[in-house]
Formats: sequence, structure tokens, C-alpha cells
Amino acid sequence: MGYDVIIVGAGITGAAIARELSRYKLRTLVLEKEAEPAFGVSKSNSGIIHAGTQNPPTSLKGWLCVEGNRLMREEIASDLGLNFVQCGQLIVVFGPSDIPELEKIKAEGEQLGVKGLEIVDRAWLDKNEPNLGPEVKAALYVPSTGLISPYRFVYALIENAVKNGAELKTSRKVVAVRAGEQGGFEVVAGGEVFRSRFLVNAAGLYADDISALAGAPTFKIIPRKGEEYLLDKAREHIANHVIFPLPSGSSKGILIIKTSDGNPMIGPTAHDVQDKADLSTTEEGLREVLAGARRMIPSISKSDIIAYFCGLRPVSGKDFIIRHEDSCPGLVNVAGIQSPGLTSAPAIAVMVCDILKKHGLELEPKEEFHRLRPRPVHLFQVPPEETRRLIEKNPAYGDIVCRCELVSAQEVRDSIKRGARTLDGVKFRTRAQAGRCHGGFCTTRIMKIMQEELGVPATALTKRGPGSELIKEERK
Amino acid sequence: MKNRELVIVGGGPAGMAAALAARAAGVEDVLLLERDQHLGGILNQCIHPGFGLHHFKEELTGPEYADRFVRLVKEDHKIEVSLRSFAVKLTTDREISFLRPGALEEVKARAVILATGCRERTREMIPIPGSRPAGIYPAGLAQKMVNMEGWIPGKEAVIVGSGDIGLIMARRMALEGVSVKAVVEIQKTSRGLVRNVGQCLEDFGIPLYFQHRISAIHGSGRVEKVDVVRVDDECKDIPGSGFEITCDTVLVSVGLIPENELLEMAGAELDRRTNTPVAEGVNLTSLPGVFACGNACKVYDLADSVTRDSELAGKMAAQYLLGGRAA
Repeated sequence: MGYDVIIVGAGITGAAIARELSRYKLRTLVLEKEAEPAFGVSKSNSGIIHAGTQNPPTSLKGWLCVEGNRLMREEIASDLGLNFVQCGQLIVVFGPSDIPELEKIKAEGEQLGVKGLEIVDRAWLDKNEPNLGPEVKAALYVPSTGLISPYRFVYALIENAVKNGAELKTSRKVVAVRAGEQGGFEVVAGGEVFRSRFLVNAAGLYADDISALAGAPTFKIIPRKGEEYLLDKAREHIANHVIFPLPSGSSKGILIIKTSDGNPMIGPTAHDVQDKADLSTTEEGLREVLAGARRMIPSISKSDIIAYFCGLRPVSGKDFIIRHEDSCPGLVNVAGIQSPGLTSAPAIAVMVCDILKKHGLELEPKEEFHRLRPRPVHLFQVPPEETRRLIEKNPAYGDIVCRCELVSAQEVRDSIKRGARTLDGVKFRTRAQAGRCHGGFCTTRIMKIMQEELGVPATALTKRGPGSELIKEERK
Repeated sequence: MKNRELVIVGGGPAGMAAALAARAAGVEDVLLLERDQHLGGILNQCIHPGFGLHHFKEELTGPEYADRFVRLVKEDHKIEVSLRSFAVKLTTDREISFLRPGALEEVKARAVILATGCRERTREMIPIPGSRPAGIYPAGLAQKMVNMEGWIPGKEAVIVGSGDIGLIMARRMALEGVSVKAVVEIQKTSRGLVRNVGQCLEDFGIPLYFQHRISAIHGSGRVEKVDVVRVDDECKDIPGSGFEITCDTVLVSVGLIPENELLEMAGAELDRRTNTPVAEGVNLTSLPGVFACGNACKVYDLADSVTRDSELAGKMAAQYLLGGRAA
């Protein structure tokens, strides 16, 4: 038999599970249908490390979120060299009649073990969040909420998993899952057959399809669309906290989100859709997001927007589905991982290991597990003295490629060495092209570096994988 | 920290003209920072003619026009040119930090001229809804791809906006055998030069749709088509007027934004709408000893006008530095 465990999907859930399994003496394979990890649901995540509030106290996702938040603060951010910013959160209300609702959220959060919750009045808000509009009357302050770059979180987990022996194969769409002759699974992907004892389904929007392929059509995934709009870095200090309104039935509402990279973001919308490939933004969505954000901070303007994108939350009912499918022994489904999936992922991974162990997988710790991952260099994060030291050691850190976000040629090269294969992959890892000029100045330079590092012609370079070629022809 | 008389940020037409004029007016020490590996700025990718009619009374291409200044700058040993040098910080006291391969440098200047040019407004700023496939480029980026790298972005293009870069790229793409299916302009008239509408579109039979806008871009991997709709005098969509154009490329030419982030960092006042310095006159900023010229000061139609006003900026900086001693 080939592998002990095959994980389908290299988003945040699959990456976290791969890293957790890589602690043990196991053969683990991650299959990803896209050209790179984090290119599905995870790439359009808001990047909020939630505290655990706004979840029912009896829910699975509630306690996984609280535990994931603790793991991030206490271990993962420092172990994996991630830029986690614990900025705190405000859930604001627009009238005194809504304060009982805040008290309910506070009580439910406390039942889940969220610490430090406090209802704050307008005077506190004027001091600590001065740009709030006059309609805001009070808020629940949630200190343990923080921010992270969602894709860099995925890359850190998967790089560390691979460092510890897990295998990653991208551009491998799973098209068939068969029962193995001696038990286990035969997984057909990218024209190859991979065998394993256990199959972990972390396929995001397509988790229902994968479960059905394996013989367990036990749930459906309904995409819930969310449009998000990024603001110019010049508006970095528009808010000091992540700001939420009271949650609605289907979402946490239109938020004002600081990001760990500086650009504030507003959104997301939440509308159930049919098409799992519909990543289009709409004029209605923009109007809805602007109206929602401006009610909390009126000075946000349409002209602050420098970028926008759309994500689809993989929704299946109200809670996460994390279970062994008894009708299909060896299959563990990790599905319906919508918000707070990013936060919960490390806790989900521990839970999945427990489920696998319960169903017969031996978890014998490795003698040497490389827990730490060196923090990649990001010039925009380091002080001038550190920049000077880096450039003196390696001159290419002084060769600036992306002027808006201050990204050097060496960082672009590093990102390719760490696995970037597409223009979006370079952007997600380095932030080059993510700023206000949107790649107008740096795209050709990045493409030339990719040509050199990957040894391919410019016509082979893509935005996000086959079918998204950047140019049609090269003439010399 | 080294002391310098005059530091100019940007080695395009504005920075070079300012440097030469400052020298002619008696400034003895000029440091010219250019982030690219050549002087000339955006002129290097403007291989079409039409430059120099005013300044040199003859018609030149962009690189030819730039070269006239590059030669003079290189001949002048009191202008130190620092290439691949990217200014990251400017303070009110005119301290400048810049990165170059191998070093982070810090200098203190008695006067500074910012000649940092413009960036292009993007699809995201209009904004155009729809999906985000490959094949959507600012027109200036497409110009760089075609003219500097020999990279042809697509086979069938639609151009959004009839600014000069869009018009020139319509012609450039047509010359490279790309089918340019339409230029779509939301206004009633072109924002570009009249001569460009004739020479770049009419001569090539490229349709120009006034009072139309792209209401959505479609495509998953690569652009597949755009939705176009007619608008009324208030720029509101006219119901029932929509149609589709299939294409694999969308070039966006919807205006330029002066790059004044350094000036903003130094605490100067900027007009939030135009991103230009708020000041009492051309080339001035709200900070003493800090000047801005060329497209960083205001968006010009002609490189010749940039040269004229930037020469004035060089003189103004010399006057500031030398007082009555300026030549």
C-alpha cells in the first residue's frame, strides 16, 4: 500500500491536517486540483483569526474556533514565522435596543471560553476607535481577535508539512475514488493512481463531490458568495480593530477588516449561489458593502478602493462536518468549513488526527519533527536597520521590483524557490502586484524573474494555472 | 548621512530637464535617482513618433527624445546618476532614504525635486464588475510588454477609455496583427489628442464607441468576452442597449494618477481627488525646498510641455539654493 493518508485539497484545512500528520511516522500525500495551494476557498478569506464569539455555545465550530485562536496565539504564529496581529474586535450596535443582543453574544462567548469580553460605551469608542460614525452607540470589545495573511498561513503550513516529509502534488484533480483490492482507497488524479489506507476529504467547495466519489453522498455543499473590497494602504489607520455589526442569520455581516499587510478591507456580502465557479463581483455587491461599511465608518469612500475579489464559502448546514463516514470505512470528511474555518484549522487538524487514530491509524511521533519554519523576508515588515543588514548580506534585497508594496527581486526569487509557480502565487506570497498600481509597473519584471527561475518561456507563464496564460505570443 | 545640494527623484523627461536646468543655473551638486536601469522613464516604451515638435521643432520617437537629454546628463559630471535606486522615504527636513542593489543609502538634501511621474488608473478603480481572469492590463503595461519585451498580450482586444495611451495601444496592437474590436469611451468625446483619434483609430478602422461603458468582464482562466452598454448624458445605463464583444484581452486606459506618495510621507498637502501637490504655483509644494515637476505635479498631454515646466523647476530649485547667485 502506498500512503497511510491521502488528503484531498491543499487549502487551509488540508494544509493544517497535513502539518499535524507530519508529526508522526506516516506517509502522507496532499492532492490539489489547482496549480498551487490556497487557490480555492482560502485565497479569498478575510484573514481574521476569530475569538470564537458569534457562534452558538454548543456548536462544534464554536469550540474549534476558540481552540484554534489559542493555538495561533500561543504556538503557531511564532513556530511558523507568521505575522499574526492581535488587534481585537468590536461588534457595534446602532441603538440601545440592541445592547441585550450584545450581552447575549458576550454570555455565549464566555460559555465557549472566550476571555476578556467587555461591553464598551460611546466614550470608550471615541477614545479607541475615533472614526466610527455617529450612529454607533456601543460595542462588544473582543480582545483575542487578530489578523493574518490567509494564503501565507496556508503556505507556511504546507511548507512545514513538506519539510517534515509530507508530499504535495498540485494540478491533480481527483476524478475517481475506488475501493482498494486489499482495503483502503485508490484515488485517480491527474492520470495517476494513488493508494492509501485513509482518505481525508478537505476539498472545500467540492467536498460533496469527493465524498460521493468515495461512495458516501451524505451532504451537499452550497456556495455562499462573498464580495470583498480592498482599500488603499493610505487608509491603513482608518480603524484600530476589526469592526463587525450584529450578525445576521447567514453571516457575520459587512465588516471593516484591518489586514495584516496594512490595506483595510470591507465586506463580505453573503448570498447563496448555485455555481461553484462564480467568482464575479457585482455592482449591487459593491453598493451593499459600501453602505454597510459607511454606516460604521462614514469616511470610507468608493475612491479608496484599489482592488476587489470574490470568494465562495463552502456551506453545508449551520455547523462544520468533521466525521468518519461509517458507510465508507477509512473516509474522514472535513466539510462545510466556512467561517471560522481559517481560525479553526489547527484545532480541526488535531481533531482529525484523533478520529484517524480511533479508526486504526497508529500515530507514532517522529524522533525529529521540525516544528519551526524560518520567517520569510518581507521588506515591508522590517525596520530600516534590518533592511540595511539584509541588503548588505544579499544585494538583491535592495533591488526593488514592486514599488507600491516594497518587494525586492530577492523576495520574488525566494517565493519561487518556496513553490510559487504562477503570477498570483508570487503575489500571495510576496505582495508584489497587490498594491495600488495593481502590477502596472512590476508585472513584466516579475515575469522575467519567473522565466529565469523556472526556465520556461514567457508564453508558458500563467496568472493562476493552465488556461490563464498571460501572453499569447513572444516575438524577438 | 551625506549632505547633497539637490536631489532629484526620477530620471524621466521631467527629472532630466530639471537636473540640466538646475546645473545651467549654477547648482554644483545634483544627485539624480532613477529606479530603472536606464534613464528615460516611460519615454523608453513610447516608440511612436510625435515627440519634440515643440521643444526641438522636429518629430522624434520617445526613446529618441529621451536620448537627447540622457546624453547631456551623462556628459555633466556634476550630475551623479544613481540607477536602480528606489526612494523609500522623504522627510520634511529633506532627508531621503533610498534602496539600491547592495545598499540602503541616506542623504540630506538642501533642495529636492520630485519627478516621480504617474501611475495608471486601473480596472479596479472604475470599477468594472465581473470576473478577474488573465488578460486585463493597464494600457501602459501592455505597451511595455509589446514594445520592451516583444510580448503580444492577446489576439482580440477591447480597449476601455480613449486616453492617449489607449489610442496609441489600439494602433500598436493592430500593427502587431491583433484584432482590436473596439475602443469604449463613457464620455461624449475622446480624452486623447485629436490627432491620435485620427491616426490611431480611423486610419485602422477601429470602432470607437462614445457614451458606452463595459458593464462586466467575463472569463475564468483568460478573458472571454465583455458586456457593453450605452449610457445617457448622466452616465446612466440605457436599458436594452447592451451587447457583448468576444475578446481575450482588455486594455484599460482611464487616466493617470500622479505618484506623490513620497511627498505625502513628508507631510505635504495633496489634493485628495487629483493626488497633486496643493501649492501656490506650478512646481511648488507646501514644503519649503521641495519641488515637484512633470506628471507628478500635474498630468501633461505632451512630453514637450513636461520638459518646459521641468526646466523651470530646475531654475526654481537653483534660485532657492543660491538666492541671488543663481545664473
